[in-house]
Amino acid sequence: MDMKRSYRDDLRLFPGGGTMAAYAVLAAILLALPLVAGNYMLSQVTFVFINGTVAVGLMLLIGYTGQISLGHAAFFSVGAYVGAVLQIRGVPTLGALVAAGAVTGIVGVIVGLPALRMRGIYLAMATLAFAFIVEEVIVRWTSVTRGNRGLNIPDPVILGHKLSTGTDIYYLAFGVFVIVLLAVINILRGRTGRALAAILDSDIAAECMGINIALFKTIAFAVSAAATGLAGAVYGHKLGYISPEQFSIQLSVEFLMMVIIGGLGSLHGAVFGAIFVVVLPQAILLAKPLLPTRIAEQPILDTAAFGIIVILFVMFEPRGLNGYWVRMKAWFSLYPFYRRGMFKRGRIAAADLVKH
Amino acid sequence: MIRAIWRPACSIVLIEFLQQLVSGAAAGCVYAMVALGFVLIFKATGIVNFAQGELMMVGAFFGLTCVDIFHLPYWIGAILAVAAMAVFGMLLNRVLLRPLAGQSTLAIIMVTLGMSILLRASASVIWGPETVAFDSPFSRKSVTLAGLVLSQEHVAIIVATSLLVAGLFGFFRFTRIGIAMQATSENQLAAYYMGIPVRSIHALTWGIGAATAGIAGIMLAPVAFVHVNMGYLGLKAFPAAVLGGFGSIPGAIVGGLIIGIAESLAVLYLPEGFNNVAAYILLLLVLTLRPEGLFGVHTARRV
Repeated sequence: MDMKRSYRDDLRLFPGGGTMAAYAVLAAILLALPLVAGNYMLSQVTFVFINGTVAVGLMLLIGYTGQISLGHAAFFSVGAYVGAVLQIRGVPTLGALVAAGAVTGIVGVIVGLPALRMRGIYLAMATLAFAFIVEEVIVRWTSVTRGNRGLNIPDPVILGHKLSTGTDIYYLAFGVFVIVLLAVINILRGRTGRALAAILDSDIAAECMGINIALFKTIAFAVSAAATGLAGAVYGHKLGYISPEQFSIQLSVEFLMMVIIGGLGSLHGAVFGAIFVVVLPQAILLAKPLLPTRIAEQPILDTAAFGIIVILFVMFEPRGLNGYWVRMKAWFSLYPFYRRGMFKRGRIAAADLVKH
Repeated sequence: MIRAIWRPACSIVLIEFLQQLVSGAAAGCVYAMVALGFVLIFKATGIVNFAQGELMMVGAFFGLTCVDIFHLPYWIGAILAVAAMAVFGMLLNRVLLRPLAGQSTLAIIMVTLGMSILLRASASVIWGPETVAFDSPFSRKSVTLAGLVLSQEHVAIIVATSLLVAGLFGFFRFTRIGIAMQATSENQLAAYYMGIPVRSIHALTWGIGAATAGIAGIMLAPVAFVHVNMGYLGLKAFPAAVLGGFGSIPGAIVGGLIIGIAESLAVLYLPEGFNNVAAYILLLLVLTLRPEGLFGVHTARRV
């Protein structure tokens, strides 16, 4: 639908003037939100920003480069702890945030290095192993992290302004989210983005075309980790307290689900996924009185719902929430010529073999 | 664990080492059984089943239901539970996984991860979130072997694993179905052209994989109690499978044993905490130094 007539069109940050205006309105609404929304609402939107930052970073790695990571909770925790420890030691908040992103990015490079030799399931295992090791290190390195007792984080101070209210943290999370989002959009529309897309399709073919896949896979890991680390640092400020059990393997799985439910290969999808992850527990909370008590009292009800929804999405709508969005846009712009099945993908030969 | 009462000092060290070795091997056997089901399913269907540990948990609950709730004799209950697991595995294959044939690795990982969460939640609804003890005829008994005091439960696990492995080996080597399964995992298309019913073979593989996990669960239950989160142990079976080369059945057994023993020796000789991550450190080492695993064959990939 977004017809591109020249190379310049393809390189623009926003597809067209109308889109830019739409985003400007959205940004204005989000900036003005604290004026109208209550604390609870604001807090939920803050979590959307934090999750959105992670989702955008993870989308770069999974949706655009095709590398699987089951260890993003570990990057999240590294960012949160680096930010928290520096903040406690008196480093200015902005410096601590940048350091959190940078350190996590470096950790991402270190994890990315063995990842150069692996793909698919092996990479999933390696990142999983890494996540477990990081969790254990945080628990045991008590002199810095205070282990299972957790860390209390003092209020962040930016340019002499103390961020103590929910509104301040909201703007902090919003700012970090926008910066990460713009950075990732920029990476994707340039040369690096093309290289990542080539690696996504086939890393061997990409290598044959002269793409330095070691370099670009490492870049993808580093940027993804840095974004997640930044989000982790903001998360620490949002809660004011962090402890190792907040960053379990379950969180990695939730991050993954966020990206899958949102829709792979689209930044819109990443944001949709982040919104979904925050809205779903609220919806479940509302639905609880309607459920039988035996089910309603389950502590892992949220996660179980995620499990079901992710299975349904993979089976019936692999393009995720973004798939609905794209179709809805198509319906409006093509009206009245939209047909069902316009976006149906061709069936895969291997599937036919087993199904018939 | 019961320790030897009095021995000269050096001998105590040795005895301690050997006992730790045996309990490590027993834990390793459980990892090996879970890894075995994992590898079987992966080899035959190409599906990476992250819910293998949860299948083990469900198996343990099935055993508990048969023995403690229906009051069946232990052995009949255990056999019934394993059979139920086989049916359950085939059902999962039919309902959730067969429709996914041809999808990307990530999609399949997500579905099996979702499945593992669902199994945990369902188990929590059905059996409750409490930790339950499940006694077997071997509970709280020990055997003395050349000065070593070993718990019968550990010995039973090792014996059961050996029997299972021998049985599976015979099955794959000597029966028509077993050979058909090998052919399917070698090359699905070729097997299909040779007249092998690939779909039924997949179903059967899921049955065997789930039953193996069920046996692991029932053997582990008396040692570690039965609870909803016992499936997390399956996360240590994946390193075992990778260590052994992921597609290799003897590799899964050896990988499981190595991880079990490494963990229990880490308790003895390394600072606290290392036993929790020993499996993952080994995994990262193997993946960096020899990504195809100890028993794996390096295969070229078509573009």
